[in-house]
Amino acid sequence: MANMSPKKAVMPHQPAEVRNKNFDEVALGYTAQIAKEEAERCLDCRHKPCVDGCPVRIDIPRFIKQIREGDEERAYRILSLSTSLPAVCGRVCPQESQCEQRCVRGLKGEPVAIGRLERYVADRHNEKAKVWPDPIASNGHKVAIIGSGPSGLSCAGDLARMGYEVTIFEALHTPGGVLVYGIPEFRLPKAIVEKEIKGLTALGVKIETNSVVGKLISVDELFEEGFEAVYIATGAGLPRFMNIPGENLKGVYSANEFLTRINLMKAYLPDSDTPLRPAKHVAVVGGGNVAMDAARCAKRLGAEVTVVYRRGLEEMPARKEEIDHAMEEGIVFKTLCNPTEILGDEHKNVMGMTCVEMELGQPDESGRRRPVVKEGSEFTLEVDAVIMSIGTSPNPLIRTTTPGLDTDRRGCIITDRRGQTSREGVFAGGDAVSGAATVILAMGAGKTAAAAIHEYIQSK
Amino acid sequence: MFKIVKKESLNPTVTRMWIEAPRVAKKAQAGQFIILRVDEQGERMPLTVADCDPTAGTVSVIFQIVGATTQKLNALNEGDCLQDFVGPLGRATETEGLKKVAVVGGGVGCAIAYPVAKKLYGQGCEVHAIVGFRNRDLVILEEAFRAVSHRYELMSDDGSAGKKGLVTDALKALIESGEQYDEVIAIGPLIMMKFVSALTKEYGIKTIVSMNPVMIDGTGMCGGCRLSVGGEVKFACVDGPEFDGHLVDFDEAMERAAMYRDTERHAYEDTCNLLKKGDEAHG
Ligand SMILES: Cc1cc2nc3c(=O)[nH]c(=O)nc-3n(C[C@H](O)[C@H](O)[C@H](O)COP(=O)(O)OP(=O)(O)OC[C@H]3O[C@@H](n4cnc5c(N)ncnc54)[C@H](O)[C@@H]3O)c2cc1C
Ligand code: FES
Repeated sequence: MANMSPKKAVMPHQPAEVRNKNFDEVALGYTAQIAKEEAERCLDCRHKPCVDGCPVRIDIPRFIKQIREGDEERAYRILSLSTSLPAVCGRVCPQESQCEQRCVRGLKGEPVAIGRLERYVADRHNEKAKVWPDPIASNGHKVAIIGSGPSGLSCAGDLARMGYEVTIFEALHTPGGVLVYGIPEFRLPKAIVEKEIKGLTALGVKIETNSVVGKLISVDELFEEGFEAVYIATGAGLPRFMNIPGENLKGVYSANEFLTRINLMKAYLPDSDTPLRPAKHVAVVGGGNVAMDAARCAKRLGAEVTVVYRRGLEEMPARKEEIDHAMEEGIVFKTLCNPTEILGDEHKNVMGMTCVEMELGQPDESGRRRPVVKEGSEFTLEVDAVIMSIGTSPNPLIRTTTPGLDTDRRGCIITDRRGQTSREGVFAGGDAVSGAATVILAMGAGKTAAAAIHEYIQSK
Repeated sequence: MFKIVKKESLNPTVTRMWIEAPRVAKKAQAGQFIILRVDEQGERMPLTVADCDPTAGTVSVIFQIVGATTQKLNALNEGDCLQDFVGPLGRATETEGLKKVAVVGGGVGCAIAYPVAKKLYGQGCEVHAIVGFRNRDLVILEEAFRAVSHRYELMSDDGSAGKKGLVTDALKALIESGEQYDEVIAIGPLIMMKFVSALTKEYGIKTIVSMNPVMIDGTGMCGGCRLSVGGEVKFACVDGPEFDGHLVDFDEAMERAAMYRDTERHAYEDTCNLLKKGDEAHG
C-alpha cells in the first residue's frame, strides 16, 4: 500500500540560525528509513509523467522502486543509465519545474521528493564505492574536451568508458567549472565534485588544468596534436553589468567574482591568501540561483543582505528551495525594485544604492508582464557592497580563435541537436551553447555529444 | 607543478625568476601576462611576461616584493616549484608598422617595458628608452635596455643615477628637441602613466599604457579587473592589458588598485617588516 501522506517526507536541515553562520551543507540528506517512506509515496504510474519532465529522461519510477525494495545499488545503476552526476543533480536540479512538476501526487498535495531520493541513492553509493573503476583499454582515438564543468565531465566520462583517450583542458587551477567556483559548499560539498573527478581520472581521463584554449593552444592546434574531435564546454562566460553610474566603485562585484573568491579561492578561511573586503550591508541585484548563492554567502560572512529584483517573487528564476532557504536565513527580499545608481564616498567606496520601485505593466514578448518604473518612488538603500548577478554573455575567446565556428547574435556557439557545430569534428554543448542554463541540461548535452563524437569517429 | 630554474635578485626589492613552462614559453609574446599561485592556499597573482626562451621552455617574470604573496614567492628558490602557472593571457603589444617609439618605464614597470622595447628593436624600429627609478640602488635592467635601444635616458628622483628628475621631464625634453615619435609606450606606476599620458596628449602623440589591476581568473569570467576606458567598461585581462593612455580613467584605476590594500597590507605586515619602502604608488 502506497504512503498516502500529502506531504514530502521532511528533509533534515541544519537550523537556519545556525547554518547562516557556517559553510557546511544545509540539507543533511534522507536516512534509509525516511527514504523508504518517501519512496512509498510513488504510485509507480504506468505512463510515467515525471520521466517526460526530466531533461535526460531518467527512469524515475524504476529507480524509486529499487529504494522501496532496498536495493540501492540497483537504483544507482538505473540512474547511471541516464545521468553521470546524480549526487550533484539530486542537490541542484530545479525539480519543481521538471520531474516533480509532472508528478501525479502533486495534483493533491506535494509531489514525490524525486530529487531528494536521487541524492539519497547517489550518496549511499558514494559511501560504499571505495574502489575506483579500472582504466578501460584504449581504442586508440583521442578526443579533446575544453572546459571541466558538468558538460565537459559527463562527455569525458561517456567517451572514456567507450575506450577513447580523453584529455580535458581547463582554464582554472581546479576542475569542476561552476560546480567548484560558483555553487557554494553549503549547497554542494566540493568533496562530491572531487569524487566525481577522481572517478574520471581513474578511468584514464587526463585533466590539464591551467590551460586556456584560445591562448595556450587553439582548437586547430588540438587537431594538429592528434585529437580527432573536440568538445567545447566552456560555460556561460563573462558577467554582465547594468551600466548604471557607480558600478566601478570599490565594493561592487559581479556574482562570479564574489563567489569565486569564496568558493574557489576559499577566501573565508583564515589560511587563504585571497582577500575579501568586509561588508556590513550587502545588496545583491538579481533573482536567479546565482543571486541566491551570492546572498547566502554574504550572509554567512556576517553581513545584512538585501536581494533586489525588478520583477515579483513569483517570477524569480531561482529554485524555490533556494529562495525559501535564503528567507529562512534572514535575507531580506525587495522585489519590484530596480537600482538606478550606486553611490560612493570620496574614496570611491560604496556607501549606498539608489533604487526605484517597479510595477507590472503589459506582458512583453516573453508573455511575462513587463516591470515599469513607478513615478516618484526613488529611495536609497544604505549598503557598503553591491553584488551584480544579472546574467552573463558568452566568452569570445574560442569563437575569435577558431575560424569557421558559427555563433549566434548573442555569441553562443550554434550546434545541431547532437552538438555538432559548423566545423567538422568540433562539437559543443552546455552553457556555451544554450547561454546560462542548468547543470542537468549541460550534463545531458555532454552525453549527447559523446554519442555523436563516437559515431563521427567510427564513421571516418 | 612548475619548476623555478633560475632566480636572481635585480635590486633589494625586485627579483627575477625563470620558470619551466614549455607550452607557455612557445606562445607568450611581449605585452602578455601569466597568472601564478605559489601554493595550495595561494591567491592568483598576475605578472607580465618579462622574457621567454621557447627552446629551453622557460618563461621569466620579474616582481617587486610589495605584499604577502610576492614575499611568499620570493621565499622560493631554484629547484622549488610553483603550484600553478597559467598563460599566456591578454593581448600582445601591437608593434606592427612602428618606426620610432619612446618606451617609458618606471621602477619595476621596466621589467614589462623591456620585452616591448626588445620586440620593437628587433623589428628595426628606432627605440628611445626613458627609464626612471627612485635612486641608484633600485636601477634594474640597465644593460638589457641599452642593448635594445638607440637612446637610453636614465632618470632618478634624487639624481643618484642618470639625471635628476622624472621620466616626464626627459620625455618632454626629447619631444621639445624635435624627436617625432609614432607612439609612446608607458609602463610603470599608475601615477607615472597618468602623467605621461597627460603630457603626450598635449602633443597629440598616441600613447599606450599597460594596466595591471586586481585579477582572479584572467579569462574574462569575474570582471574584477574592470576599468573605464573612454567611458566604456573594459576587462583588462581580455581587452588589455594595454590601452590607449588618453582614454583610461587613471583616478578610478588608482582607487580600485587600493581596494584590498588594507587587508593585504595587514597580512603582509604580520609576516615581514623588511619592506616598508616598497610603496607601489611610486616607482
Ligand atoms: C552560482 C551559480 C549557481 C548555480 N546554481 C544552479 C542550480 O542550483 N541548479 C542548476 O541546475 N544550475 C545551476 N547553475 C547553472 C549551472 O551551474 C550551469 O548551467 C552549468 O554549470 C553549466 O555547465 P557547463 O559545463 O556548460 O559550464 P561550466 O560549469 O561553466 O564550466 C565551464 C568550464 O570551462 C572552463 N573554460 C572556459 N573557457 C575556457 C577555455 N578557453 N579553455 C579552457 N577552459 C575553459 C571554465 O573555467 C569552466 O571550468 C548555477 C550557476 C552558477 C554560476
Ligand atoms: S580577471 Fe577576471 S575578468 Fe579579468
